[in-house]
Amino acid sequence: MSSEADEIGLPALPGRSGAVSRLMQAAGTHNLSLLLALAVLVAIFGGMRPDVFFLARNIENIGQGIAILGVLATAQTIVIISGGLDISVGAVVGLSTVCIALGVEWTNSPTLAILFGIAVGAAAGLANSLIITVGGVNAVIATLGTMAAFRGVAFIVSDGQSISIFNPVFRMIGAGRLLGLQITIEVLLLVVAAFYVLMRYTIVGRNIYAIGGNPVVARLAGLNVRGYQVGVYILSGAAAGLAGMLLAARTGSGQPISGSDGLELQAITAAVLGGCALTGGKGTIVGGLLGVLILGVLNNGMILTSVPTFYQMVARGALLIAAVLVAEQQARRYG
Amino acid sequence: MSDPADLAAPAGAPLLALRNIAKRFGVVQALSGVTLELRAGEVLALVGENGAGKSTLMRILEGAHQPDEGEVLIDGRRHAFRSPSHAHAAGVRVIHQEPDIAPDLSVAENMFIGDLRPAAGIFLDRRDLLRRTHALLKRFRLEHVISPWAPAGTLGAAHRQILEIMRALRSGVRILSLDEPTSSLTEEESQRLFAIVRQMRAEGVGIIYISHRMHEVRALADSIAVLRDGHLVAQRPAGELDDAAVLQLMVGRPITNLFQGARRAPGEVLLDVRGLCNTRLRDVSFTLRAGEVVGLGGLVGAGRTEVARAVFGADRLSAGEVRMAGRRLVLRSPADAIAAGIGLAPEDRKGQALLLLASVQDNIVLSVPQLISRLGLLRGGAARDIAQQQVRRLRIRTPGIAQIVSKLSGGNQQKVVLGRWLARQPRVLILDEPTRGIDVGAKAEIYRLIGDLVAQGMGVLVISSEMPELLGLCDRILVMAAGRIVADLDRASANEQRILDLAMQEQP
Ligand SMILES: Nc1ncnc2c1ncn2[C@@H]1O[C@H](COP(=O)(O)OP(=O)(O)OP(=O)(O)O)[C@@H](O)[C@H]1O
Ligand SMILES: [Mg+2]
Repeated sequence: MSSEADEIGLPALPGRSGAVSRLMQAAGTHNLSLLLALAVLVAIFGGMRPDVFFLARNIENIGQGIAILGVLATAQTIVIISGGLDISVGAVVGLSTVCIALGVEWTNSPTLAILFGIAVGAAAGLANSLIITVGGVNAVIATLGTMAAFRGVAFIVSDGQSISIFNPVFRMIGAGRLLGLQITIEVLLLVVAAFYVLMRYTIVGRNIYAIGGNPVVARLAGLNVRGYQVGVYILSGAAAGLAGMLLAARTGSGQPISGSDGLELQAITAAVLGGCALTGGKGTIVGGLLGVLILGVLNNGMILTSVPTFYQMVARGALLIAAVLVAEQQARRYG
Repeated sequence: MSDPADLAAPAGAPLLALRNIAKRFGVVQALSGVTLELRAGEVLALVGENGAGKSTLMRILEGAHQPDEGEVLIDGRRHAFRSPSHAHAAGVRVIHQEPDIAPDLSVAENMFIGDLRPAAGIFLDRRDLLRRTHALLKRFRLEHVISPWAPAGTLGAAHRQILEIMRALRSGVRILSLDEPTSSLTEEESQRLFAIVRQMRAEGVGIIYISHRMHEVRALADSIAVLRDGHLVAQRPAGELDDAAVLQLMVGRPITNLFQGARRAPGEVLLDVRGLCNTRLRDVSFTLRAGEVVGLGGLVGAGRTEVARAVFGADRLSAGEVRMAGRRLVLRSPADAIAAGIGLAPEDRKGQALLLLASVQDNIVLSVPQLISRLGLLRGGAARDIAQQQVRRLRIRTPGIAQIVSKLSGGNQQKVVLGRWLARQPRVLILDEPTRGIDVGAKAEIYRLIGDLVAQGMGVLVISSEMPELLGLCDRILVMAAGRIVADLDRASANEQRILDLAMQEQP
């Protein structure tokens, strides 16, 4: 019964039974198969480069590499569960790095600069949501359009230049540690934990599943469908703003071009790998995170085993298609 | 597929024989040891309670499910259809309870999907398609009602059902199964369908007819098969079983009076609707009092569902107002209506009422967020208790509240929709075709439930195409035609003929 609920992604409500079965529920069958896939990847790359792959330094590298993607992918998971899609996140990341760099320049306050970057991201999300809900534009088209527009804005405000950030706080965030763990990874864990609680233990989260499952049903049940949609895109924009902060901290600069290397593609891939149905109503945060881990290990492993960059791109694209194919097959089986 | 040993069809073998069919879904034994025969030119009525296994048996017949045990024989030859398309090729068609259509394709394209003929090599031959569609529509005398090029998504439930039936008809069937085909049809449309069924019987088609309505079974069936809890408890000529006997076989206990309960004098006016107008409604006014059941009668398309949607804030109004207990409501969305104490169980449960991917529990608690959370955080136990209470109260047949709702039988899905509103306890409840697809036993339960609710002071507005239901259940009946209310009949002056006359009179 409960495993059936997990099969389709909507987690059963908590508080049903003992801790062990609750853990099993949390994992779910789809997530177990993701863990298996992850183990296979680790075995392959670990087997090919046992000298480096398992080094603490490399594992930290993987963590560093997925921090930004992780924030984007788990936010994207929520967007997709709500029945939408946000292709503009990569461009928002770029815009956010530029705004943060400018913010540091203007105010010299890292806190204000970071808040500014996140607020710009949220505003971008608001713009997306209004185009989609009020304008009635299909989400794919709307965010494809704003992707280009936001990128343009980033170039305009930065004059097309990379803006360096000279501030120790950002160096600390980008490379420093707190309690022995890298701060970027801690930011990722905090975001994931917050999203996990949101989607699993709050009314808002349940209702996001509902509007993604069937907006007509949700509206007739009394949910404010538009309100939720607006909220979800703002959340996605703000998350992209935060991801921009991580990127700016790591590179020590705001670059309008940053985030244009297929971040949105990877975020969507991770979410779909994690069990999201593009039709909405289905998916989990844990799944999205596992999808990110798989991508991170794949990226890292391909670099370690010297797969040429262009082939890496092909592999990533193929992975997205494969993930959708598998999801389709499952949907057909469990119809 | 077929066993070589069976290749020669035994003389006198029935058209269709199901032998010892068993099917289990997880913990649910949906069918066990079902053996059934159907002859050419016979209409077999298959009856049973919600969840008895009727639809499952039909899905096995058409290869949508594989049986755990047993076999399907056609003309004495064994067949094991791997998918419905294999069954279609062999002349076996099942028309389902909830028709699946492609909403953006036209009626014509939907009808001939899989058999669209090209003109000039690649283009769709629209003229040929139109000709064939028109011929079929004419057979149902619907050529002036349904436009061949209308997107199928714009059709109402009744016309979708008809579309689905025509789709099967156009590809010569030998064995046709109709799973509750009339649940969304009006009396007149049903009669049209019966004529088609009789015509096909005369042409030698074997027909399995599933229905919860005894008068339809009486009108059509040559023989009756009764399923109870997945077992076939009887298959006999229709003449040998009277209604009481069929009901008793179905539920295993005698059914008494459907409509019961003492009527009480209605109380204060709860709902006061004045001059509603929109694209489908013209100057609709009525009142609903506490403790009162008011019915909306009329033909499909008369605007009954539109009244419900307008009062519920689901559609925009161009004029008019809705008052609740004297207070004028601002209805921008259903959320406003719900906050004011109005509930609506829509007729289209798949498209408008249920989250098909979600569990029974999540569907039931969807409209009571305040009862299952504190400060926005879920209290899992509360949700579970509410869901379990409704499952018990409505006797929903499900292995548990975590079951995905799309896996319940049709009638039990309908009960889940009702459960959502019973959990919410609105002051005014609007029920659009509340017993569609619900078996007699459950119907009686729902009628009793409505009686209890009004006794507690709720006002209930019922939309129904089933005359006995309207007449038996309602204190007053509002008859609609072409977007207006043409009559307000009290219990004493309402009868079937009068309602029909009124409903037809304003039709163009
Ligand atoms: N895919 C499925 N997965 C799990 N259980 C199922 C599935 N399909 C049907 N069932 C269960 O099998 C039983 C028989 O269901 P079925 O749909 O055949 O009933 P029915 O006689 O057609 O009822 P109704 O009159 O309500 O349509 C029910 O208990 C139902 O919940
Ligand atoms: Mg059924």
